[in-house]
Amino acid sequence: MLSVFQKTGHKTLSIFQRLGRANIFLLQILAGVGSLLVRPGLLIRQMYSVGVQTLIIVVVAGLFVGMVMALQSYYALVDFGAEDSVGVMVALSLLRELAPVVTGLLFAGRAGSALTAEIGLMKATEQLSGMEMMAVNPLQRVIAPRFFAGVLTMPMLATIFSAVGVLGAYLVAVVLLGLDYGPFWSQPQAKVDLYLDIYNGVIKSVVFGVLATWIAVFEGYDCIPTSEGLGQATTRTVVHSSLAILFMDFVLTAVMFSK
Amino acid sequence: MSKQSTGHTTGAGAAGNDILVKITDLHFSRGSHKIFDGLSMEIPRRGVTAIMGPSGTGKTTLLKLIGGQLKPDAGKVEVDGQNIHRLKTGQLYDLRKRMGMLFQSGALLTDLTVFENIAYPLREHTKVDENLLRELVLMKLNAVGLRGAAQLMPSELSGGMARRVAMARAIALDPMMIMYDEPFTGQDPISMGVLVTLIEQLNAALNICSIVVSHDVQETMSIADYVHIISNGKVIESGTADELNHSQSEWTKQFIEGLADGPVPFHYPAPPLMDDLYEMPGFEQANATSQASIHGSSNASSPNQLFKG
Repeated sequence: MLSVFQKTGHKTLSIFQRLGRANIFLLQILAGVGSLLVRPGLLIRQMYSVGVQTLIIVVVAGLFVGMVMALQSYYALVDFGAEDSVGVMVALSLLRELAPVVTGLLFAGRAGSALTAEIGLMKATEQLSGMEMMAVNPLQRVIAPRFFAGVLTMPMLATIFSAVGVLGAYLVAVVLLGLDYGPFWSQPQAKVDLYLDIYNGVIKSVVFGVLATWIAVFEGYDCIPTSEGLGQATTRTVVHSSLAILFMDFVLTAVMFSK
Repeated sequence: MSKQSTGHTTGAGAAGNDILVKITDLHFSRGSHKIFDGLSMEIPRRGVTAIMGPSGTGKTTLLKLIGGQLKPDAGKVEVDGQNIHRLKTGQLYDLRKRMGMLFQSGALLTDLTVFENIAYPLREHTKVDENLLRELVLMKLNAVGLRGAAQLMPSELSGGMARRVAMARAIALDPMMIMYDEPFTGQDPISMGVLVTLIEQLNAALNICSIVVSHDVQETMSIADYVHIISNGKVIESGTADELNHSQSEWTKQFIEGLADGPVPFHYPAPPLMDDLYEMPGFEQANATSQASIHGSSNASSPNQLFKG
């Protein structure tokens, strides 16, 4: 019985220790923003690596999510003669929820795991230690560019997800199901609010970008530098990022859309 | 094979300004495992100093403590008169610009070419123009015999070549000391010979302090001016290669001659063999003959005895 308490206490302590380390780590990264202003090339290279390489999966996922949303909305609304609202329903769903959340999850799976593996491998092969011994701070040269690249590219990817999703919905609703394209476009124009829907969606995607990239770079930097440790860290990145995104989505939705 | 004493003053007896690294009463643990327990050592400003000891004695950890990458639990590490663990980050990085380190894996940046790897510290810490930078990098590469490999990626290099590139990078900023972490491990005889020669020649040409951490006894002692042997968290013997070759210490003899058993036991601490064997489920059913046979080997203390048993 005593050992159960002991183990629980030990586990709890280690979780708080890791949280503390992760917070200090984030502050150290934020302190490295100055070096990125001096060397913007580091940031641009990472934005390409993190953003462009995630683009394909985001575009394909956005297209199919929009198409499925249009189909489901049509089947639900047609019984009430409200099928003209498919466009606005899909647009609001994408802008408020689906684009930031699904992009965040895809980002964690694609870019987050790659970031953890890359940084973890650099640690395992002593590249980070080597930089330290060359009097180069790896937090500024390696971690900060990747972190800010993730934070900046997430809203861009979420915006692209929304745009492609609406296009997918258009293909299904107007081209396949034969709905009138007039209400499909005019209703979103009238109903979608710049601040409430678009800005809040962008804020969500920035928050998810911070969470997913922070977890990814921290897990890579803090991993046990062995093949097993690296595998565990990569798994943790995907699991923790996904859970953190879903939890924060609930919190943000409650705050942003409460009346 | 062993290099004879060069008449070089021993670390402990050298005058203060001849000492580059001074370690005093160093204590360091990882979890409950104590690695250093009051280790003290002095490393002279010039020449090759070897730190040797069996695997797991903390040789690499010691280099990381000297380089300020790890903090000791107690004790002091002074490099060029500065307590390295009391320095602010900026001061520590200024000091590291005068230190080179060759990691066991080479630690080359895998997304940069060999040329860019050598140029990296120069680009970070100097403002030399591209023409001069190119000349400097090619000179460093030429010194290690790899000028022709300048445009290769690290993944295209053999282990020995990677270490030579890392060596060229370590001397890029003309440091006052270079630390070599297991430079000979896993090398074929030719690569090993090249590395041994390079360490000796670079040290002589640059007239700096080279600290070689290794357990390759013959190779290391052939170039070392002074050797510290560490075990159980302390320096157990220091001296020139010649002095250690004639040491009367059982421990030093075992290490230098590579004996399987001695003061460092063959067996990891464990309860008696019979106690462990009797704990096996179903052992009671084993026949008396096999028990008697096993019993015969239970007191084996050396591998030969154990295998004979």
